[in-house]
Amino acid sequence: MTSSGTKAAQQPRVGLFATCLVDLFRPSVGFASVKLLQDAGCEVHVPVAQTCCGQPAYNTGDRADTREIAEQVIEAFEEFDFIVAPSGSCASMLRKHYPGLFEGDAAWEDRAKAFSAKCHELISFLTDVMMVRDTGAALEARITYHDSCSGLRELGIKEQPRKLLGNVSGVEVREMTDSDVCCGFGGTFCVKYSDISNAIVTKKVGNIDTSGADMLLAGDLGCLMNMAGKLKRQGSDVEVRHVAEVLAGMTSQPPIAGSGK
Amino acid sequence: MELTANKFKANASKALVDAQLQKALGNVEKGFIGKRQKAADALPEFDALRDNARDIKNHVLEHLDLYLEEYERKVTAAGGHVHWAETAEDARRIVLEICKKANARTVTKGKSMITEEIALNDHLEANGIEPVETDLGEYIIQLRGEHPSHIIAPAVHLNKEQVEGDFRRVHTHLPEGRDLSEPVSLLSEAREVLRQRYFAADVGITGANFLIAETGTSVIVTNEGNGDLTQTLGKVHVVVASIEKIVPTLEDTSQILRVLARSATGQDMSVYTTFSTGPKREEDPDGPDEYHVVLLDNGRSAMLGTEYQDMLRCIRCGACMNHCPVYHAVGGHAYGSVYPGPMGAVLTPSLNGIDETGQLPNASTFCGRCEAVCPMRIPLPKMMRHWREREFERNLTPAVARYGLKAWAFFAKRPKLYRFGASFAMPLLSLFGGTSRRFHSLPFAGGWTRHRDLPAPEGRTFLQAWAQREAQKQETGQ
Repeated sequence: MTSSGTKAAQQPRVGLFATCLVDLFRPSVGFASVKLLQDAGCEVHVPVAQTCCGQPAYNTGDRADTREIAEQVIEAFEEFDFIVAPSGSCASMLRKHYPGLFEGDAAWEDRAKAFSAKCHELISFLTDVMMVRDTGAALEARITYHDSCSGLRELGIKEQPRKLLGNVSGVEVREMTDSDVCCGFGGTFCVKYSDISNAIVTKKVGNIDTSGADMLLAGDLGCLMNMAGKLKRQGSDVEVRHVAEVLAGMTSQPPIAGSGK
Repeated sequence: MELTANKFKANASKALVDAQLQKALGNVEKGFIGKRQKAADALPEFDALRDNARDIKNHVLEHLDLYLEEYERKVTAAGGHVHWAETAEDARRIVLEICKKANARTVTKGKSMITEEIALNDHLEANGIEPVETDLGEYIIQLRGEHPSHIIAPAVHLNKEQVEGDFRRVHTHLPEGRDLSEPVSLLSEAREVLRQRYFAADVGITGANFLIAETGTSVIVTNEGNGDLTQTLGKVHVVVASIEKIVPTLEDTSQILRVLARSATGQDMSVYTTFSTGPKREEDPDGPDEYHVVLLDNGRSAMLGTEYQDMLRCIRCGACMNHCPVYHAVGGHAYGSVYPGPMGAVLTPSLNGIDETGQLPNASTFCGRCEAVCPMRIPLPKMMRHWREREFERNLTPAVARYGLKAWAFFAKRPKLYRFGASFAMPLLSLFGGTSRRFHSLPFAGGWTRHRDLPAPEGRTFLQAWAQREAQKQETGQ
């Protein structure tokens, strides 16, 4: 789709799982992901039979619907060498949680395990599998990075984005206090327990403010929308973007919840 | 205590606007997290010890009957008595009988969550026996008629000014000019009062952190020494402990002790670690004349062999709640159950049934920090999710959430229909987003927009835009 000839033979075929939030709310992250993957030497495909990874159902306790959605995702993506998602949370769902849905089902269990083993979160895929060190991007910004929970604790994503950001010319990273503490999003939690979620995100944006950064990055759109929504409600000027946008050098779109400069 | 777990949301909303409580909760984050991290970092084998601790308890749970019987034999051989209590009511009855036989008028108590679980104090009081809590935190909340808000720091929801007020209210025999402005002066004040109570008490009741099968020993870990006075000064020592406190050997105990205090308070060891085996022997300088152990099941054996068995590894260190953003926001009382925080969100439904406690396993962002710090590597989020599954199966999930989810799933399972709908909906929503690119409020999104703006979508969906780009490429022959 992106290249042809002999080069394609050595290029890993990557299925991009855009995630529902990127698909619906922020296509820029999808295009940034495609660029980063292609620049890293991947042949990128975007299967149309994708909707969501199934987490809303999974975390509400609806196992039957979760499983049906998981089957659909596996069928649409298992042909690829790798399946990559620009979200630690969705990637962890595919990689860590899918196999459990098929436990004891002879027809599906091994298939799900084989699928899951090929699933990766975008940034860690770039650094750990494609051995990318520098994406060649440049941006004048003081950024702070929020570690989204699933990526951090289920997939061990901590240093990878910081390494790549460290090589973006012009970027200064200002660590916030408690960057590894939840932002209060938690999927449906943020609407089910709106007041508690608000207390948690209020603490988070306080830490973002005191970091002195003018841009907030993270690897998960759910968390980003939550933090951006709170920052804007408080009248903050901090720009909020997905880390892939900065790494791909694609920051011409207005930031999340922002009208641009 | 009265179970109000299903009022969690209302309890939480109150807690969020309680200025005193919010001030006190700041201490949880400041006090525990850094200390645990420092202790863990200082011990290179900390994670290996956690694995080991997990394996020890897993082994016990696979052979719990065997170890319990061995434990009973050893307690009996040492001159103690073991009482089996299937329910909380059984346990209350047994303890009361022991107290009555000893003609007890007051009993001192070491800090114990299990006696909270069986509501022992209320039962003793109702039968004319005065229970005296001797742990400082427990003493304070007893004065206030409250329940612990944290499993190792029962009064963590209070500020020292509040405690000073309580002491001045109750300790009226002490001079008015007495300085009670610092925690240490509060401690000596409590000590002075409690000292008399130890000598007057007929029975001392403690919990147990471990019950050792090989020796018939009960172990308590404390920082104030009150547990030791409680269990050695009374004529009768009653240990109330649940069945999963069993560990096979002294060696196993010392393995788990190495992760317990580090995870709880960041100490290498608690100040006191006290091993008790049977009553006072002839050569002993002190100790109780009688030694009783009340072994409580109260629903635990029913957890064996289920997806909640791992919860029985819990050693009650409190690390899960110390690191929980939800606990930090609302404190322990909001949970409306004996055990708060993530461990409570899993254990309480097991003990009290999911019908009455369904909110607790839902009140989590699944951030996973609890599991990350649990010394026994208990997969707390996974088990909370299992509770949500039980609720969903039985239609206990609130109707709005259930129907909303079903409607969403209908589309999510039909990619073509989903794509078709999204290709209209998102551009339209984007249009409404106007130039600010966000919504201050939106119908059906009140849960979100009450506290934060909702970012507007960019326009076309990614898959729409991608398909168009690919089509253009084909046209231009790229």
